Amino acid sequence: MLVLEKNAMTVEIEKLVEKYGDERASLLPILQEIQQKHKHIPDYAQQEVARLLDIHPVEVYSVISFYSFLNTELKGRTIVRLCQTITCDMAGKHAVAKAIERELGINFGETTADKKFSLEYVNCLGMCDQGPALLINERVYPKVNPEKAVQILNEVK
Amino acid sequence: MEKKNRKGEVLFSGYKRGESIKKTISTSREDILFEIRESKLKGRGGAGFPTATKWTLVSAAASEEKYIICNADEGEPGTFKDRVLLLEYPELVFDGMVIAGYVIGAKNGILYLRGEYEYMKNSLEEYLDVMRKDNLLGKNILGKNGFDFDIIIRMGSGAYVCGEETALIESLEGNRGEARNRPPFPVTTGFLGKPTTVNNVETLASVTQIIMKGGEWFRIHGTDKSTGSKLFSVSGDCDNPGVYELPWGTKISELLKLVGAKNTKAVQVGGASGICIPKSQFDRTLAYEDATTGGSIIIFNENRNMLKVLKNFMEFFVEESCGQCTPCRIGNVKLLEGVKMIENDDYTFSYINQLKDLGRTMQVSSKCGLGQSSPNSFISIIENFKEEILNGNGGHNGK
Repeated sequence: MLVLEKNAMTVEIEKLVEKYGDERASLLPILQEIQQKHKHIPDYAQQEVARLLDIHPVEVYSVISFYSFLNTELKGRTIVRLCQTITCDMAGKHAVAKAIERELGINFGETTADKKFSLEYVNCLGMCDQGPALLINERVYPKVNPEKAVQILNEVK
Repeated sequence: MEKKNRKGEVLFSGYKRGESIKKTISTSREDILFEIRESKLKGRGGAGFPTATKWTLVSAAASEEKYIICNADEGEPGTFKDRVLLLEYPELVFDGMVIAGYVIGAKNGILYLRGEYEYMKNSLEEYLDVMRKDNLLGKNILGKNGFDFDIIIRMGSGAYVCGEETALIESLEGNRGEARNRPPFPVTTGFLGKPTTVNNVETLASVTQIIMKGGEWFRIHGTDKSTGSKLFSVSGDCDNPGVYELPWGTKISELLKLVGAKNTKAVQVGGASGICIPKSQFDRTLAYEDATTGGSIIIFNENRNMLKVLKNFMEFFVEESCGQCTPCRIGNVKLLEGVKMIENDDYTFSYINQLKDLGRTMQVSSKCGLGQSSPNSFISIIENFKEEILNGNGGHNGK
């Protein structure tokens, strides 16, 4: 990370701490905002959050590693999550997954080289009556099929 | 299904925002608690703890600061009723939180919304703003001197275990979502160590209707031990999946008919942590005292391979176990291994029996509800479908 980038990150985290308060209970909302903006929580950000909340950086890392929507490695700008739980599975999740993998040329669990897309499986999205369901960044797409899924990907590109 | 097509005798029986808050503030706390006790309302998340008892304990706890948390971390596979309630009936849920605040003497309410439901957050925030404008939230609510209450929304980040109330509290405090030892219970030592009541979205929505229409009215619906109605999230092999409000005590066969399920082989009641009920038991009723559920109903027709279903459930638990207690962390992995052994025709009956014993051990020795209930589907699917899975062709029938 460049010094300039580090400074910008520090300013950003200071603002977040101001917004949510410097209690331990503010940790998750702060991390969630960093994640949303930067698509991951870099080492430096973890250290700064720890410093400003007065906790050990390992505590911050331990929390990040627990939650599946927080991560320390850079992900794609668009995170494509496909529900793998039973009803979406029965409704044809497998075919949708294969189509997306072929289209992007990567497997689930991977990120494209240009950092545009990450593919992930998630557990139940709460769209069981309208499966298979995709969650792309924060938006839900119900009742997709292979063709529709690829179409949606092209639209968000 | 659209909102205008939803029919129901209790939750969906119509309600105008703020009405029950108005009624609440002109009534004493004791009378509100009495009404809820009369209704015999039990927690709708699945555990079924009497709501009046919980609220009485919190309201009796001596503390300046108390919290009411609405548990919207709906993660059980096959459950989506909270999604419908929050999107289409936020007035029921939030008014219920205000009533809870009044009864237990809390000034702060927190809606813990699962990360997957991030897309609802903005509209819910806007809704809360409207409530503030109408003085249904804020200081001296509806002119009631000294009754201050506000609600904030906190997001989860994709962890099923956070639906367990103490794990949820840990998560709110900025920790890993690992369940706590109980006692002490949240009613005395909850969020930030203060007395806290954690209630399911549907429980709070029920309270709003009970205050409006009375505990006795509520009790007319349902059975003796399971009063009122329940929202069932129906999915799987049927013509009309969706959320249905039905009185407790409805037979499984009746529900199947209602949703247009044909050639049904099995029904999973209570999601992945629930039990799998075969055709021969379809006359059982949905109620706390029989087949209980937090709302999830998943239907399987004749073509489904039950071993594959079980594998999907066990993979879910292996991923979602938080890993702090051994029975759950290792047990779920062993059960999944067992399923794979059966899949590969590489098992002995004695080992499968050992695994069932292991499941029963997990039920009594796991620290929280996740590990205590995750073996349910293993045990019930292997027992109820052993003809197909063990005595037939090794579980390869169906697709």
